[in-house]
Amino acid sequence: MAQVFDRGLVLALKIGTLVAIALTATLLVSWRWSIDYPNAQGAPPQQPLPFSHQHHVRDDGIDCRYCHSGVEKSAFAGMPGSNVCLTCHSQLFRDSPAFAPLHASARTGRRLQWTRVNDLPDFVYFDHSAHVSHGVPCKECHGRIDQMPLTARARSLEMQWCLSCHRNPGGHLVSPAAVFDMNAQLPASRAERRAQLAHYDVLSRKWLTDCSTCHR
Amino acid sequence: MAKSVAPALEPTQPPARQTYASVSDRIADLVLKRRSRWPWFLGFTLALLCMLAFCVACAVLFWKGPGIWGVNIPVAWGYAIGNFVWWIGIGHAGTFISAILLLLRQHWRTSINRFAEAMTLFAAGIAGIFPVLHLGRPWFFYWLLPYPNVMELWPQWRSPLVWDIFAISTYLIVSLLFWYIGLIPDLATLRDRAKTRGRQIVYGLFALGWRGEARHWARHQSAYLLIAGLATPLVVSVHSVVSLDFAIGNTPGYHSTIFPPYFVAGALFSGFAMVLTLAIPLRHFFRLHDLITLQHLENAAKVLLATGWLVAYGYLCEIFMAYYSGDRFEMYVVKDRLAGPYAPVYWALLVCNVLVPQVLWWRKARRNVALLFVLSLVVNMGMWMERFLIVVSSLHRDFLPSSWGMFHPTGWDWTHLIGSIGTFALLFLLFVRFLPAISIYEIREQLHEQRKEGA
Amino acid sequence: MHDRKYDAGADDLDAFAQERRRVLKLMAAAAAMAGGACSGPPPEKIVPYVDTPEQSLPGKPLFYATATRLSGYGTGVLVEANEGRPTKVEGNPLHPASLGATDVFSQAAVLQLWDPARSQTPLRDGRVATWDEFLLDTENGLRELDASRGDGLFVLTGAVCSPTLQSQLEALHSRYPGMRWHQYDPLHRDNELRGSELAFGRAVDTRYSFDRARVVLSLDADVVSAAPHSVRYAHDLASLRRPHADRMSRLYALESFPGLIGARADHRVALPPADIERFAFRLGRDLGVAPAVVGDSPAPSFEKALVDDLLAAGAAALVLPGPAMPPRVHALVHAINHRLGGQGQTFEHTPPVAFKPVANVESIRTLADAMRAGRVRMLVILEGNPVYDAPADLEFAARLRTVARSVHLSAYADETSAYCRWHLPRVHEFEQWSDVRAFDGTASIVQPIIAPLYGGHSAHELLNVLLRSGAAAHDTVRGVWQRTFGNTDQDERWRTALRDGVIANTRAAAVTLAPELAESIFSNPPPPVDLAINFVADQSVRDGEFANNAWLQELPRSMSKLTWDNAAYVSPSTAARLKIASGDEVELRRAGRTVRAGVWVLPNHADDCVTVPLGYGRTRAGPVGDGIGFDAYRLRTLDAPWHGSVELIRTGAQRLLVTTQHHSRMEGRDLVRTATLAQFARNPQFATDEEIEKVPEHTLYPDRPYDGYKWGMAIDLNACIGCNACTIACQAENNIPVVGKEQVLRGREMHWIRVDRYFHDHDSGVDFQPVPCMHCEHAPCEEVCPVGATVHDSQGLNVQVYNRCVGTRFCSNNCPYKVRRFNFLQYVDRTQESLKALRNPDVTVRERGVMEKCSYCIQRIQRGRIEAERLGRKLRDGEVVTACQAACPAQAISFGDLNDPGSAVRAAKASPRNYALLAELNTRPRTTYLARVINPRPDDTEE
Repeated sequence: MAQVFDRGLVLALKIGTLVAIALTATLLVSWRWSIDYPNAQGAPPQQPLPFSHQHHVRDDGIDCRYCHSGVEKSAFAGMPGSNVCLTCHSQLFRDSPAFAPLHASARTGRRLQWTRVNDLPDFVYFDHSAHVSHGVPCKECHGRIDQMPLTARARSLEMQWCLSCHRNPGGHLVSPAAVFDMNAQLPASRAERRAQLAHYDVLSRKWLTDCSTCHR
Repeated sequence: MAKSVAPALEPTQPPARQTYASVSDRIADLVLKRRSRWPWFLGFTLALLCMLAFCVACAVLFWKGPGIWGVNIPVAWGYAIGNFVWWIGIGHAGTFISAILLLLRQHWRTSINRFAEAMTLFAAGIAGIFPVLHLGRPWFFYWLLPYPNVMELWPQWRSPLVWDIFAISTYLIVSLLFWYIGLIPDLATLRDRAKTRGRQIVYGLFALGWRGEARHWARHQSAYLLIAGLATPLVVSVHSVVSLDFAIGNTPGYHSTIFPPYFVAGALFSGFAMVLTLAIPLRHFFRLHDLITLQHLENAAKVLLATGWLVAYGYLCEIFMAYYSGDRFEMYVVKDRLAGPYAPVYWALLVCNVLVPQVLWWRKARRNVALLFVLSLVVNMGMWMERFLIVVSSLHRDFLPSSWGMFHPTGWDWTHLIGSIGTFALLFLLFVRFLPAISIYEIREQLHEQRKEGA
Repeated sequence: MHDRKYDAGADDLDAFAQERRRVLKLMAAAAAMAGGACSGPPPEKIVPYVDTPEQSLPGKPLFYATATRLSGYGTGVLVEANEGRPTKVEGNPLHPASLGATDVFSQAAVLQLWDPARSQTPLRDGRVATWDEFLLDTENGLRELDASRGDGLFVLTGAVCSPTLQSQLEALHSRYPGMRWHQYDPLHRDNELRGSELAFGRAVDTRYSFDRARVVLSLDADVVSAAPHSVRYAHDLASLRRPHADRMSRLYALESFPGLIGARADHRVALPPADIERFAFRLGRDLGVAPAVVGDSPAPSFEKALVDDLLAAGAAALVLPGPAMPPRVHALVHAINHRLGGQGQTFEHTPPVAFKPVANVESIRTLADAMRAGRVRMLVILEGNPVYDAPADLEFAARLRTVARSVHLSAYADETSAYCRWHLPRVHEFEQWSDVRAFDGTASIVQPIIAPLYGGHSAHELLNVLLRSGAAAHDTVRGVWQRTFGNTDQDERWRTALRDGVIANTRAAAVTLAPELAESIFSNPPPPVDLAINFVADQSVRDGEFANNAWLQELPRSMSKLTWDNAAYVSPSTAARLKIASGDEVELRRAGRTVRAGVWVLPNHADDCVTVPLGYGRTRAGPVGDGIGFDAYRLRTLDAPWHGSVELIRTGAQRLLVTTQHHSRMEGRDLVRTATLAQFARNPQFATDEEIEKVPEHTLYPDRPYDGYKWGMAIDLNACIGCNACTIACQAENNIPVVGKEQVLRGREMHWIRVDRYFHDHDSGVDFQPVPCMHCEHAPCEEVCPVGATVHDSQGLNVQVYNRCVGTRFCSNNCPYKVRRFNFLQYVDRTQESLKALRNPDVTVRERGVMEKCSYCIQRIQRGRIEAERLGRKLRDGEVVTACQAACPAQAISFGDLNDPGSAVRAAKASPRNYALLAELNTRPRTTYLARVINPRPDDTEE
């Protein structure tokens, strides 16, 4: 009776098995990536009008708080209403087509719909005022916004990223004056770091990594 | 225990007129030649229906949530956990027979170890499903596993549920290996005897190119023994860990140090009951009276009797400790079991697990096949009731009377229980149809030794 | 994530949360099957204002002072608005009827506001119509009335405690002299009114000062439950219940249906209504204000002790007549109180707070007669639901149908709307400009927090239509107060009124009176009845007004712990006599009318008496309130507004009644520890003097240091009156879902703080014990959670991390207090937009399969903490107040930082009465209890 499994077939079987395993692994990984945040890191999402932080922050030197007025007092940094934009743009570039949506909204009272760039899950209770008042500069989370013609997500926003800072904040803090400064220098030496920690009185750090600090 | 069955060696040997070839024929032909008869198809259809019902129940469960069951606060654990413990228990006898009896050189095991192992595998597999079904958000079950993740979170190691994951997965893997390694030579036999190409290929694939060389046999034997050695501690460890799910808790009725041995004994008890439940029809429908002899059944019955007493001791101990400790809550649990709303279940399980098995003191009873079959079913039922009672009655009346409640099973509870039994039956029916239910090579091995002694 | 709250309507955090989770779930399933490709969560929008309103700071709630109404009387509240969405109600500390606390109805008001079942459009003969059509139609009507100078114009209201409404009614009357104004409220105060007329020859209100009353007797007067003054009276009463040898009041209670005040009483006797009346007569005789009466005392020993105490206390004694007691008892009690000499101390009389109070039953009867006589051309029903709740023998519905032009202003298109030509949706309190007086006369401005959700109009706007004045409600209200304020700093006073929520010096001034009783009123004492019926307002839905409020429906009634139902309550011995048991269906028959009801056997209930709560058996309440319970109004006739005789026949059928507490006894476990004042004086440590009751000193567990905050709670069982305000306040604050009758039946209610009720085995005492999470320092739940979803944080809180929970439910098994709640199904409504707007944006909305529990209102702790750190200081005591603590009228709950030596909670825990529940388990609860101390007469407690 003829041999059922000749060498060739056996080899094929062995290779086949390995391929199958590899395939499953890749499928799983690709799936994991597919459920990542809606807008990829570093890729600006589509916005109703091409707002440039680079222009407003670097070229015009407008302070963050002019538009994001809640950032020091509220959990929410605040998005400028159309009326705020119009304080300048009722004169500047009135006729440029790019501004049509803004003027339309001012005219019709219909609100602008910006696409969220930094999107945290709903069970994460991030508070801007808490971070700003403790000397975390904007750029630590938002990146060099002053170099972004179009705004994009600068950090992964994954829990491990939050923890990396919450576990030892020292290296991420600047003096109160420098919080909104894009070129603020982060403490380099251990001494400086400790000084910052002492200044913001976060020497006992345990509660920074409590679940309840971000989740309720 | 080994002693108690030692004199039983003699009649459990294969009849002398058997030759190596005839043994292979007898068993292999069950799979290759013998055509399925109506009893098999009937059983298969029923089991299939139950399995489908199980699938439907699971789908509904995933869609709607555990609320389709009768679980509530305070009774947050219900049938799912009870079934889990019950199935795991049943799974035990297989490993016990295969591993421990092998190491103890109990030769009579050879005719029953194969399907006992299969039983173990299927039971443990089904048991493994229930904890996942039990979860409120089953799609996150993998959070119980330690794996690196962007949340930088790990399982909470103090929780017995995490220990469970390891205990059960280990148990599953080892019993699978054990079973499969045992199968390899027989698979090769089937491959060689198969007439159709299809069968040759399928059996061939799983035979992993076994050629029966001396080298193969040597490696096979050592591997088999090694796994047996590995499996032995598991018989004790798995159900001990499972019992900790309860013993670690502070709920009166859970919080008890007797639980690990008590659970293991219960496991063997129900396991051997299930062995009988399976062996007797197998023996009957496949005419295996000469391979699975009355003596086999009698031995199993003796184990049943012994483990039954261990379980009874457990019950006694619980009651004694409650009053010995003087803990008012523990004492109330005992009262509640004896006379509370779930008292009927308690008394029923005492009848099933303690009273009825006492007939096994009589040799007549031990050799009465019909009676043994019924008894095995009774014990299985009794053990299920015990699991139910431990899980539910302890919870339903704990510390604060204000939060006392009742558990009423829903249709879905029953569907999951019966469905799981059907699934088990289905797997077993397929097993006896497509794999040798009795180890060919080990019977031949035994025949050989027997001849040596004869010479 | 707070950013998401930027726009109230446009995008809602839950909407996204649920959406995202659903997507994830599907992906998990898909991946499990195929590891197939899935897309991530959808990108999300930020929608800024076009024109940013000033003083709005997105992410920070604003609080507005306004008032809620109960039977026409107001209670001052502060409404929390998140981005303009009213989400939570707090009491107004400046308001005399609130003092910072609230009752269950104020708490539930926000759900009432967002209820999608509210009427959303005018209806003409049941068909959708417009406001303009109504104006047109009414104009025709008014022209006819102009001709007849108002003959045929009838207006029906409840008690009018709104100065603006009052002035509008006056204006309407002067314009249409022929107009007739009727008042009807099913929970009317006729007896009180008539009683004062009998005693003083004029209508007066009577105010009590429980903080000065040393001995109090309640004649079926449950003053701390479900009335406009309840919150204030509960507060005052509690102030004298703290165990001080010399400053603790003694409570006597006579009641038919076990009420809250009876549960707190030191001496309590349950009697059928007639016997209570007879007892009052005897008491009058004992105190020498009434002639001798025949018959022996229904409660001799009680009577003797009582009389001695009353006489001893003199001016510090107070007797309360219940609203259901007949007028002559009220008159008699006035005489008794004056004889005791408490006027100006424990009580005082004032002119009626309500505008022109009349006897309601009489008033609705004359209206019905007018309708029968066909004299009614136009009937305007400004509030109420007479078709449902008018006396049964008036056949109000039939009469109403004959009225040519009837207008019904109501929040729901209810039973009455169905019989009126016009139904007009009424705006919610939080949507309108108005004003209202509290029970003591203090006036508040009612200001809108949000624009009307569904259009709708207020009573003021409707009256303006009748007055043909185009004025907006705001101007009308403002105009009325302009007169009071005078022209000096007009705007300033108006702004102050709005800010404070109360208008200074508007409290009704007391008048000194002397009662004169005609002997005649004591003739013919009440005849004994075989089986008495006793109508009471339901503790949750009251007269039916709140029938469609799911929070209130699911709120367990204090005594029976029943939810989603009313029942015919009887005492155990009466049940035995009538051979009925809980759950049996019976037919109640009186005056040729029958109703079928489910029976509930209630310990401590009076014998030979059936209590039937009103407000159920609604047919047009809305999807929540329709078709549950039975309609007791069908037995309530003109001659028997509160009491009467009734027949009870078993039908053999069963009714499904669901309760949240199946076991009512303590089984000898010292869960609630009680001592008499005398015992307490002898042994202050009585709550912890047994070894088993002490927290073990030695433990194997390491003690965690808490260098920062260390939160803890103490609950004073002496103060707690079991009113459930904490439960519903918590529900509103923490987005706790309602599960419905069927799920409660399965034992799956979600309340984070429940109020356990235990009946005593030997006496008729009752204990209440609010049970939130204990936040154990050695938390059993934490050890068994396989994923670390419940953990301790550095403030000593036992936190539940919903997004980590996989739902093994092991924690609940291991919780000795069973305070954990599980989402067995998808309980939170994912689809109803208006309910999403109701939710607290600072608290995660839990999905199915997740365990949840009390968090000590961690969102409030965190907010306060972040605020304090921004100001660079620590939190001060009292800056973080939990929802339950804020709502509690009796201030039974104290919460704060145990590391702060000055904190109130620390002081509370220093009390010798302080004990831990199930201390022997060594769970070390952060929530502890102050044992109960009662104050019975020494002689009959020393055994």
